[in-house]
Amino acid sequence: MFLSELLASAIRMSIPILLAALGAVYSERGGVVNIGLEGMMITGSFWGAVGSYYYGPFGGMILAIVAACLMALIHAIVAVTFRVDQIVSGVALNILAYGAARFASIALFQKATMSPHVDGFTPWNIPLLDQITFLKPLVTNLSPIIILAFLLVPLTHWVIQRTVFGLRLRSVGENPLAADTLGIKVYPLRYSGVLISGVLAGLAGAYLAVEHTGMYVEGMTQGKGYIALAAMIFGNWSPVGAMGAALLFGFAESLSFRVVEGGAIPYQFIKMIPYVLTLVVLAGVLRRTTPPAADGIPYERGGE
Amino acid sequence: MDNPKMEVSIVQLRGITKRFPGLVANDSINLEVTRGEIHAIVGENGAGKSTLMKILTGLYQPDGGEIYLNGTRVEISGPRQAIGLGIGMVHQHFMLIPRFTVLENIILGSEPARRGVLKDKEARGLVEELCRRYDFKLESQVRVWDLSVGQQQRVEILKVLYRGAEILILDEPTAVLAPQEVRELFVNLRNLKGQGKTIIFISHKLDEVLEIADRISVLRRGRMVGTVMAKETDKRQLSEMMVGRPVFLKTEKSQPRVGEERLKVKDLTVLGNLGRPAVRQVNLTILAGEIYGIAGIEGNGQSELIEALMGLRKILSGQVLIKGQLTSDKSVQEIRALGVGYVPEDRHRRGLILPMMVWENAVLGLHRLRDFSRPTGLNFKNIFAHTNRLVREFDIRLGSVDLPVRNLSGGNQQKVILAREMSRDPGLIIASQPTRGLDIGATEFVHQQLIKAREQGRAVLVVSADLEEVLSLSDRVGVIYNGEIVAEFRPEEVTPEEIGHYMLGTKSLLREGVGA
Repeated sequence: MFLSELLASAIRMSIPILLAALGAVYSERGGVVNIGLEGMMITGSFWGAVGSYYYGPFGGMILAIVAACLMALIHAIVAVTFRVDQIVSGVALNILAYGAARFASIALFQKATMSPHVDGFTPWNIPLLDQITFLKPLVTNLSPIIILAFLLVPLTHWVIQRTVFGLRLRSVGENPLAADTLGIKVYPLRYSGVLISGVLAGLAGAYLAVEHTGMYVEGMTQGKGYIALAAMIFGNWSPVGAMGAALLFGFAESLSFRVVEGGAIPYQFIKMIPYVLTLVVLAGVLRRTTPPAADGIPYERGGE
Repeated sequence: MDNPKMEVSIVQLRGITKRFPGLVANDSINLEVTRGEIHAIVGENGAGKSTLMKILTGLYQPDGGEIYLNGTRVEISGPRQAIGLGIGMVHQHFMLIPRFTVLENIILGSEPARRGVLKDKEARGLVEELCRRYDFKLESQVRVWDLSVGQQQRVEILKVLYRGAEILILDEPTAVLAPQEVRELFVNLRNLKGQGKTIIFISHKLDEVLEIADRISVLRRGRMVGTVMAKETDKRQLSEMMVGRPVFLKTEKSQPRVGEERLKVKDLTVLGNLGRPAVRQVNLTILAGEIYGIAGIEGNGQSELIEALMGLRKILSGQVLIKGQLTSDKSVQEIRALGVGYVPEDRHRRGLILPMMVWENAVLGLHRLRDFSRPTGLNFKNIFAHTNRLVREFDIRLGSVDLPVRNLSGGNQQKVILAREMSRDPGLIIASQPTRGLDIGATEFVHQQLIKAREQGRAVLVVSADLEEVLSLSDRVGVIYNGEIVAEFRPEEVTPEEIGHYMLGTKSLLREGVGA
């Protein structure tokens, strides 16, 4: 029972990381590093709560996606069209998102740091499987977003590998000059990669606020955008790999909660587990991964 | 109507002119290419070949003149339109995506698809049909990073055929190939010609042009010198047309008078950027008064070897001795102080700092020497005197030494490096791709300087992708393949084909059975 509850919690913890990491796959396979995921998640969490407060959970998701997409659009304009360093643009976005959320929170809720309680979707149970005692925590009380996130993994794989859009997106992430000479429009493809990452990061933030916590709290993303980026790298820029990594990080986080309940070790140390794990994983794995060849490199037409 | 004797001009250029600031790259050029011929365009670097081809593929718009295809006047606005008109370009630097499969590379941009979903079977069928028709040996599911350079070139050619090209422009296609691969390429090209395709072949290698082309057009300084039948001309006439004066095609040199060991490399192993050994167990000895050449296809560990010798890359195991001294614990500066002159392979990224002045570049790395520095800063008087002396001795053509080195032509930039490195009286000169991108005149000059250095009793190590260059300069030649020196020859006892086998790894003196 303990194990299945632990796994159930791990899955829930991993969802925001998974969604944002899938977004990062689109952005980075198209050649744009998106360290602004954290900011897009912050934006998603706040506007998800706002939308949910006024229009219910579905409205929350929509509002979160629109808001995060606007952030992504800023990143695309700055990093793709104006070829600013993608890391700088992303970091600036994170700072902007933090401030914007705080400002809007004061304006809407008269409180800087949290929203009132908001309602989530009605949870789902998977029929038949919920009759098995051991599986019960895993298959009951599921947010539809959880199911959506896992469905997005094969869908993303299929889009990237099997569609014209995916092939062309990958080509501008590998060698934009070659793509350009074949008549492929580099900028629109890079924009769409970044915007899709905005959609998914916004959804990730909204899940966190609306489905996971039931309210918006300032700083609730706790660096999950960065962890998502690490998960995507650990997963070698592939959706399936990113899912594995997201589950690992989710597991570490849920484990840290359980151990805190035990109380033997000072909880500050336990809380470090996911972050330390991120560092260790990246330090160990980074050398062996192969990012898209033009990842992070702005493309300029006619530039040598 | 269908008179086979009647020659049809598939491409006709009339009075094509293209100006760049301070330069007329193409000066009212006329050119006629007949359907189904292999038409070579030769000329030195800067003669305007690339500009002309960029106009034909729509990358540049001409300032004047007209282009006719099959007798109809056309405006070519871009590469996509060019391919629509049946003109396909095979670039010198491959426009391939190494991580993609052969199939993906070929179909990219015009994918067979239904509602955005790739039709894999159909795509594979199309590509395999192309391979069959033109007798290209390629697996469509292999990733391009697993292919040899020659195979990658075939993918490039298939890319334009897939797009329905009738006219194929190949830009310096043999520059990166081993002799055997050149053979295969020529077989492929004759096949294409047999199927009615027209080929425009850009090159500066006259032997190859004479072998493959039906007709040859020569460009010099932006002007069309003339078009000749390949059968009715020879190398001497062509090179005179190219340069505008008689050229000495053979490098003259005396018998070597060798002295003591200047460079000794023992069991050297060096890691490449991917963390795998790029140089494996290399042994080399170079004596004073000889030129040792390293031949090999690019990317077989040459760069890593040179970097290790210069102290720019860590040695994993083995030893390097320069003038008898171990270099493993020495910095680059200390290694240079042993008397090593270094001409790096990429003069823009190493060797020069482009935005800095010529005089600054002329003492780069030497600025600490007592001659050039004072306790308070640089000794400008001596530096300028030194630079002016180098400019005279090496015949560096420039407006002023107080201008950025970027303003100089490639040949003069290389002379700045050569002059600087020679000025310290080095006992060992390491020159990597010393004539890459230089025109015939500058190439001649660099060769003469290297031979002069040898006659002065210096040891010279030359690495070059140009096999002809290695063979004509060197007293001894080592062939590098996959990080190993697989064979060593004296140039007079070996044919280029023989060396080609070693370059491709199909033969090895060290161990048998090295296959792809």
